[in-house]
Amino acid sequence: MSPELINLIIQATGETLFMVGTAALLGTAFGLPLGVFLATSRKGELFAAPAVNAVLGMIVNATRSTPFIILVVAIIPFTRLIAGTSIGSTAAIVPLTIASVPFIARLVEAAIREVDAGLIETASSFGASPIQIVFKVLIPEALPGLLLALTLAVVSLLGYSAMVGAVGGGGLGDLGIRYGYQRFMPEMMLAVVVVLIALVQLVQSAGDYLARRVNRRLRHR
Amino acid sequence: MVIAALQRARSGLLLLHPARTTRPGPPDMKAASINVHPSFVAAAPARKPIAAEADAMVRFEGIAKTYPAYRGKPGVKALQDIDIAIPRGSITGVIGRSGAGKSSLVRLINGLEKPTMGRVVVDGREISALAGRDLRLAQRSIGMIFQHFNLLSSRTAFDNIALPLEIAGWAKSDIELRVAELLALVGISDKHDRYPSELSGGQKQRVGIARALATCPSVLLSDEATSALDPQTTRAILDLLANINRELGVTIVLITHEMSVVRQLAKEVVVLDAGHVVEKGHVADIFTHPRYPITRSFLAEVTGDSLPVSLASRLVQEPAAGGQTVVRVHVRGAGAGDTLIARLARELGLDVSLLSARVDEIGGQHVGSLVLGIPGGEDAAARVLTWLSQYRFSAERLGYVA
Repeated sequence: MSPELINLIIQATGETLFMVGTAALLGTAFGLPLGVFLATSRKGELFAAPAVNAVLGMIVNATRSTPFIILVVAIIPFTRLIAGTSIGSTAAIVPLTIASVPFIARLVEAAIREVDAGLIETASSFGASPIQIVFKVLIPEALPGLLLALTLAVVSLLGYSAMVGAVGGGGLGDLGIRYGYQRFMPEMMLAVVVVLIALVQLVQSAGDYLARRVNRRLRHR
Repeated sequence: MVIAALQRARSGLLLLHPARTTRPGPPDMKAASINVHPSFVAAAPARKPIAAEADAMVRFEGIAKTYPAYRGKPGVKALQDIDIAIPRGSITGVIGRSGAGKSSLVRLINGLEKPTMGRVVVDGREISALAGRDLRLAQRSIGMIFQHFNLLSSRTAFDNIALPLEIAGWAKSDIELRVAELLALVGISDKHDRYPSELSGGQKQRVGIARALATCPSVLLSDEATSALDPQTTRAILDLLANINRELGVTIVLITHEMSVVRQLAKEVVVLDAGHVVEKGHVADIFTHPRYPITRSFLAEVTGDSLPVSLASRLVQEPAAGGQTVVRVHVRGAGAGDTLIARLARELGLDVSLLSARVDEIGGQHVGSLVLGIPGGEDAAARVLTWLSQYRFSAERLGYVA
């Protein structure tokens, strides 16, 4: 493989990491609080607001059921509003973030619901406020699950990022399609897939390792 | 003095309210199901209330708790007509079968549940009327321990105990001093950096107790705190609770379905059945003169109503020549039954044999039963039963053995 092609791969990997990394950060910033709220706002729960919960749940489901490639195209005006342009890696972060927020929120909701309800009762019994319960009980206790959820989200984002080539987002997926498929360069296709496999493997291993490290339910010594 | 007068005035007013007057017996709807003969209730000795109005740490006034119907399940009347005063500094056991309303009762004390009717007053504050920040402040003076410990798996023993202090906004240095003190109090100073997964059940409950005591509460609630522990560990935890009560003067309210817990620890007892208080008073009074079948069934766990297998298999209902009449004598009260067999043998000149016996101590009173074999046929048996009734021992003829 020529040095130019290798340079292309390195550049595309950088674009992918930039898009996925930024979208994962932003997705977590919005998805984590949304997920915590979804997990604690049903009837009789910490922040009981059943109507708001139902409406948010419907919005989350609607976003989750829209195919990503359609979402990318459908929100182009919004993307332009936020990023100033609808083309390029930076612009691609907008649909990636919008797709990841409801996904992360549902994963966070599931992880938070795993926390023993007895712990919430215990914290209430010594006078913890709902906010204190979230930060001192729910999030620390759900941390192993949350880390695995984020890992899953990052891996899914790597997959989604292959589709943003449609709006000139660049990245590994785009490279694979343009060079590997359209210019018929199977070695390019292979190289892209290998890099993606390595990235997913890396992300998953790191996530598993961190989740195990913070899981105190297991004996370590 | 003014407060005491006000309390008297209020309690006077309460009595005028028909729903809040104290009932002499069970409510009518219960009377049929627990099948208590009215004369039996009337004949039982009058009991003093377990606490005078003024020195109660926890007071339930006309409490009813109903859980509303939800998703097709019918509503549940968890508690009805509850009027109890729990004395300051006491250890009070609340005993009942599962579903009797124990958990609801104890959760009313720390405001985790709100009563549907009536008020709950803890240490002079009406906890049932508080909400939000006021409730959270009041909850700091009420500790609670749980059957499944409810420790945070992500925190060490030290940090679990520190949690209520962090929540109360203590300074870090103060927290360190206080937690070290608490770890020493419950005897697990060496486990301070262990996570719950590395601790045994007894050690976990010690952490739970230390955590509950962290903010120096005046009341400690125990929700079946020993039900998940083995008998030996249970004993150690109950001893620890007794020490805490003695040394710190903390009022302890423990709910349990285990008679052994009440027997070992409690001085006062409340017997709950199907959401009603059926008996309340000093442990010794209640269990030496149980009025209700539910109380008697708890008592039977201690005294043992069943006969040893070898005796039960030989028991017949027809007298046998040269055999013995089998009589069960219930012993209740201080020193009751100590010299019973010796006196019986001396005064009636009978070689009474002891076939089986189980005597235990509840609140300093002996409670139990002796199964005696009486030789000499029907005549001797009749003399023994007459003699026993003279000394006010309750006795029953179980049958005969050859």
